[in-house]
Amino acid sequence: MVKFNLPKNSKVLKGNYFKDTTGSKNIKKINIYRWSPGKNENPKIDTFEIDIKKCGNKVLDILNKIKNEIDPSLTYRRSCAHGVCGSCAMNVDGINTLSCMKSHKDINGDINIYPLPHLKVIKDLVADLSTLYRQYETIEPWLKTKEKKSKTVEINQSKENRKKLDGFYECIMCACCSTSCPSYWWNEEKYLGPAVLLQAYRWIIDSRDEERKERLKIVGDKLKLYGCHTIMNCTSSCPKGLNPAKAISSLKKMLATN
Amino acid sequence: MSAYKIIDHEYDVLVVGAGGAGLRAAVGLSESGLNTACISKVFPTRSHTSAAQGGISAALGNAGDDDWRWHMYDTVKGSDWLGDQDSIEYLCKEAPRAVIELEHYGVPFSRTEDGKIYQRAFGGMTKDYGNSPVQRTCAAADRTGHAILHTLYGQALKHNTKFFIEYFALDLIMKDGECKGVIAWNLNDGTIHRFRSHITIIATGGYGKVYYSATAAHTCTGDGNGMVLRAGLPLQDMEFVQFHPTGLYGIGCLISEAVRGEGGYLLNSKGERFMEKYAPNAKDLASRDVVSRSIAIEINEGRGIGEHKDHVHLHISHIDKKIIEARLPGISESVETFVGRDVTKEPIPVVPTVHYNMGGIPTNYKAEVLTVDGKDKTIPGLMAIGEAACVSVHGANRLGSNSLIDLVVFGRSAAQRAIELVKPNTPHEKISSSETDKCLDRFDRLRNSNGQNKTSELRLTMQKTMQSKCAVFRTEKTLKEGVDKIKETYEGMESISVKDKSLIFNTDLMETLEFDNLIRQAITTMESAYSRKESRGAHAREDFPKRDDVNFMKHTLSWHNGKQIKIDYRPVTLSTMSNDVQSFPPKERIY
Repeated sequence: MVKFNLPKNSKVLKGNYFKDTTGSKNIKKINIYRWSPGKNENPKIDTFEIDIKKCGNKVLDILNKIKNEIDPSLTYRRSCAHGVCGSCAMNVDGINTLSCMKSHKDINGDINIYPLPHLKVIKDLVADLSTLYRQYETIEPWLKTKEKKSKTVEINQSKENRKKLDGFYECIMCACCSTSCPSYWWNEEKYLGPAVLLQAYRWIIDSRDEERKERLKIVGDKLKLYGCHTIMNCTSSCPKGLNPAKAISSLKKMLATN
Repeated sequence: MSAYKIIDHEYDVLVVGAGGAGLRAAVGLSESGLNTACISKVFPTRSHTSAAQGGISAALGNAGDDDWRWHMYDTVKGSDWLGDQDSIEYLCKEAPRAVIELEHYGVPFSRTEDGKIYQRAFGGMTKDYGNSPVQRTCAAADRTGHAILHTLYGQALKHNTKFFIEYFALDLIMKDGECKGVIAWNLNDGTIHRFRSHITIIATGGYGKVYYSATAAHTCTGDGNGMVLRAGLPLQDMEFVQFHPTGLYGIGCLISEAVRGEGGYLLNSKGERFMEKYAPNAKDLASRDVVSRSIAIEINEGRGIGEHKDHVHLHISHIDKKIIEARLPGISESVETFVGRDVTKEPIPVVPTVHYNMGGIPTNYKAEVLTVDGKDKTIPGLMAIGEAACVSVHGANRLGSNSLIDLVVFGRSAAQRAIELVKPNTPHEKISSSETDKCLDRFDRLRNSNGQNKTSELRLTMQKTMQSKCAVFRTEKTLKEGVDKIKETYEGMESISVKDKSLIFNTDLMETLEFDNLIRQAITTMESAYSRKESRGAHAREDFPKRDDVNFMKHTLSWHNGKQIKIDYRPVTLSTMSNDVQSFPPKERIY
């Protein structure tokens, strides 16, 4: 019989239970992944009882309520709270999403909140995105033109050509897509993942860019692009309604027909 | 404070903050060959520039005649003659070049039929010195800030700016009145860093979070302003807080002025287009202070909408669906997400919401930080740009789409000035440990505080006080109450508590440090407002309803160090920078 051994401290244990103290009848149980560096302890799931009627509609409102009223040490990233900065990406109810856009009213029963999957956890819900940021740099996300352009006139771009960027330039790099992709989980170092490939595609299809061929060559290299196995988790998890899978298949097609 | 190991860094120039202004400065500095570091408490594209929607102003003339002088006139008038006309001239003259540069960097601007940058109408933007509306605001749909921020981050990567991400700046290192760098805390591993630099550029944004309801992000805590106050330097015109007329009711999310620029209008509970009454010419496209006051009056007089009659409606359902889809997709998404309404069928519930700080760190148009000593004096080694700064191009009221242009024009200006002042790789002089110790003392004291007052409770009290006592309309009574209550809240810090004592990603401690910055700005805002006994731009005093140019055409300076608050004034610059344009003398402001 094969015996599996989990690495030390990797088993998630039951944590603290924070019982409601207000006597409310509108209690929702919130289970949150907790882990602190330097303590040499296993991660645990803390449970908080929350008066859901006295809370804003979004999952981020719940986290803020817990941090402000119950446990100030609860750690997560958040900034704009309106779905534009991409800070508060996490796994809610089994799906990667922005907690500021996710309504808790859509969730029946307990709410389970975890950090984005398959990343190194820094603390609680804060995950390490540095690999993804490094990969973003490798696609050289800036406009490349062969010669200096006039300082007083814009580069002309037709409405039709500009329209091609719609659905791609809006990416806020929250990483919900890449961290929902099994292929990225397994090959994070080699496969660029959907977020970065969508960004690469955004520059490749910009009619103003003059280094399309070189860009395609960079992403077309082995697993960088072909790590994608069309699982499509990326597209179903994107909180902004974008379609990274489409960007990836377009890239594959461009490489195949070029 | 030997308990903390300090990691040292040396750079020619240090930029604190990686929003639009900080990134534009960093791009210029890195491009020139100066050894440049940029530290930010969030990953650059998470900065609040990303939330700017409607656009960036520049007299490109892509949609009919335009002239930077008209833009200048509008900005001076918008500022209610509190803006410095030399800086405004610089802003408007440089604006077209700055927007073209952004386009060349790769910003995906929307386009006109002939392939040029699309421009839309915005509040207070006119042609021929106030004659009729002009389309001056360059837009990337309603995601202009996002598009600019991501593009500028790409440019900074191209030019190899050295980023220190998720580093929280604690304090400036000052020596003999000069800035020598910054002490910062690396959230990711808990270490303390000392950055030495010949010039430090503060680009830390506004402090919207002193209010309860604001379009500002949680991270908009004015950390640079807090550092400047602790360095014994003044902030300027803090009483001028912009309420955006159309924050999403109950949520606070921004609903861009672009909605009105594209033809949307406001209605009260009687179904009246009430802006026709308050601004007969510009109507819904009057400047923001005017529209916000009008909404507040409608609500105060019982013509608000809803169960509590506490908001109004913004209509766009009459606009062609295709235009909404193409030009306002972000707004449609936000309204759907946060209030579950379809903007093509239903009105948007809106209410004036805190949005922008005209006040900040006083600077000249070269971004050099100023204080007064009989006359204006620059602080060697210190610059400020963006919403953190008060140049002052926005004066008492900022026009919509003038903030994004402010970021890139003065971001570039700061870089240019630093290039003039610093020779690459000039050696750094020694700094004694006393200044570092002072900063770490505060850090350590807050980290180990075990008092009775939760940071979140003190913050809530501050926010509610600002919201009720320093609102759209102000009086002697509300402001006096506000001054006292904010002071009391500040005193509550003596018994503050931080539960989390760790150093790695300790957001309990970070929020406490941010609160320490916020509360100082709340104090200076309240005191400055209390001291200005006139109405000008966003500062509307019911007891002093008129603008008073004789006594108050001047910038407020406020100091807050230790427990002492001091108020002083410096003159407004009415003269222009060149002979390309004449100064615009003060006159009554009618839209």
